[in-house]
Amino acid sequence: MTDQTASLASFTSEIATKKLRKRHRAERRFQMYGIGAILFALAFLVFLFASIFSQGWTAFLQTSIKLPIDFSQEVINPSGNPDAEDEIFQANYVKLAREALYKELGVDPNDRKDRRAANELLSRGVDVQLRDMVLRDPSIIGSTEDVWLLASDNADALMKGSIDRKTPSERRQVSDEQIAWIDQMVDAGNMKKRFNTGLFVNGASSNPETAGLGVALIGSFFMMLTVVLLAVPLGVCAALYLEEYAPKGKIADTIEVNINNLAAVPSIVFGLLGLAVFINFFGLPRSASLVGGLVLTLMTLPTIIITTRAAIRAVPPSIREAALGVGASKMQLIGHHILPLSLPGILTGTIIGLVQALGETAPLLMIGMVAFVVDYPTTPLEPATGLPVQIYMWASSAERGFVERTAGATIVLLAFLVVMNSLAVYLRNRFERKW
Amino acid sequence: MEDRPATRVVAPAEPKERGNSAPAALGELKMKAKDVNLWYGEKQALFDVNLEIFDRSVTALIGPSGCGKSTFLRCLNRMNDVIDICRVEGDIRLDGEDIYAPQVDPVQLRARVGMVFQKPNPFPKSIYENVAYAPRLHGLCANKTELDEVVETSLVKAGLWEEVKDRLDQPGTGLSGGQQQRLCIARAISVNPEVLLMDEPCSALDPIATATIETLIDELKENLCIAIVTHSMQQAARVSQRTAFFHLGKLVEVDETSTIFTNPADQRTQDYVTGRFG
Repeated sequence: MTDQTASLASFTSEIATKKLRKRHRAERRFQMYGIGAILFALAFLVFLFASIFSQGWTAFLQTSIKLPIDFSQEVINPSGNPDAEDEIFQANYVKLAREALYKELGVDPNDRKDRRAANELLSRGVDVQLRDMVLRDPSIIGSTEDVWLLASDNADALMKGSIDRKTPSERRQVSDEQIAWIDQMVDAGNMKKRFNTGLFVNGASSNPETAGLGVALIGSFFMMLTVVLLAVPLGVCAALYLEEYAPKGKIADTIEVNINNLAAVPSIVFGLLGLAVFINFFGLPRSASLVGGLVLTLMTLPTIIITTRAAIRAVPPSIREAALGVGASKMQLIGHHILPLSLPGILTGTIIGLVQALGETAPLLMIGMVAFVVDYPTTPLEPATGLPVQIYMWASSAERGFVERTAGATIVLLAFLVVMNSLAVYLRNRFERKW
Repeated sequence: MEDRPATRVVAPAEPKERGNSAPAALGELKMKAKDVNLWYGEKQALFDVNLEIFDRSVTALIGPSGCGKSTFLRCLNRMNDVIDICRVEGDIRLDGEDIYAPQVDPVQLRARVGMVFQKPNPFPKSIYENVAYAPRLHGLCANKTELDEVVETSLVKAGLWEEVKDRLDQPGTGLSGGQQQRLCIARAISVNPEVLLMDEPCSALDPIATATIETLIDELKENLCIAIVTHSMQQAARVSQRTAFFHLGKLVEVDETSTIFTNPADQRTQDYVTGRFG
């Protein structure tokens, strides 16, 4: 013992200082690796956001043309009977818009070529826009009002600069004449980019300027509602039972392993399961957000069970002993102590599960939620789409306007995810208890 | 194991018995453990423990770490029930009544046999709620006034009232370690238990807080039966009237504290109390 101590070299010897320097170097190197990894990840994140935002922000603006529309009685309601709804519904509203446009631009109504060129400036959705105005307020029939009408995809693209004016006119989708008209209206203040509320309220459409996320938002809302109502109580109860009541043994181990496996099952498999079980076996309607919600519930359950179990396990055993020691029953222990104390963890897990479910696309494709749904679903049993599916559908459309809408919808989806994640962090900090 | 049916037919309470003779100063026999064996899975942790605990006195359980004294203490209010792999055999009686009998509700038993743990473990609730929890749980108070009274009495008995009476609504976890432990004692005595089990109640406390708790134990024993597990032999000598020495899962010796510390019958007890091992 003493020999060994005597033979130890001093801390200032050459070998010792070398060793020390080496250790310090290794530590610094290790830190650099960490910083490098974080910077790498951050760079990609910045790149992702930059590309999505630069492409997508224009989707929140939509070019419109202000025209004095003459809601003439003889075009809309020639019979003069205000109850003739069919007549009002089928009236030639396009004509109203086009005539106003010709007058505005000074186009000769008899020049077919000019007329067609002018028509291309207006969206094909103007008839619906005008019809809805009349149906909402029939008293405007007979009067003339200034209306902001949607411009066509090409006019919108030119305004946003995605069609280059310098391109030779034979290869440009907007003719020189149309550009001149657009400039004329822009100068007069009758054509400008306005906030695109249609993006949030419209349903599916083959024209990008009238396509919106309305149906997808409602569908996603119904699905999230289903998930919250089913997955949270089921998941929390399952986790409580497994943690507190289930006898430890082979069966419990098997269940545990299987729940963990379930969490790792590819989501498309859940889609197949939903197709086979909910649609083919139980006969629920296709494309319905209820089915989507059920599939997402199955997908979210393992996440909620796992996080809830972790939260329950994190409740210190001393609190259990304290409660049992004063004569609390197991139910009382759970109700009074375990649940309140693990609530922040459960909430966080639930929200993370919801975020996952909100962004999930593959299983929805399997159950037919890739549908062209124009009307708002009023119940979860009616056809709907979801946010990510809508992005998927727009991404595969050819029109230029859908490119920016794809990015715009992605921004909306990301905004939801960020808000929900922040909520999870906030709730965790807010309810976290110290002991 | 085979003689278990035999132990079951032993008459409930026979106060005076061979080695366990109680001097007149102690109260009457409160709890009696006979041939208690305990297993954690395959591993046996207690071997044929026979121990009597008397009312209005403090019985100290001492012994080296892992000797089974805490395990035995937790048998007395069936806290071991919550451990899946734990199996208890033998006969433990409270006032002559078998506490492991099927008709006994462990939840109610734990109200009669209260417990204070090693680490102060107040609920993350207010001081008031900590003490009011158990009476409310068992429905012992008809209204708020009665509950207020119980909370005050319990805190007074635990010697904490003067320190916390102005901040009953503040979290119990905000108190100092010693105060937290006294809060836990107040919580345990709020339902008027007959027996109070203390599992190393001072091991996480500083000497001053320890002294306060020991004084408290001394006062509480006037009306209560107390069993305390302790690592500190000085503490056992200071607070207890009777001491039981455990070693390797067996009860080696139990006698009056003064006898254990001055003139033990067993060599192992002698070695332990003089600090030769443990």
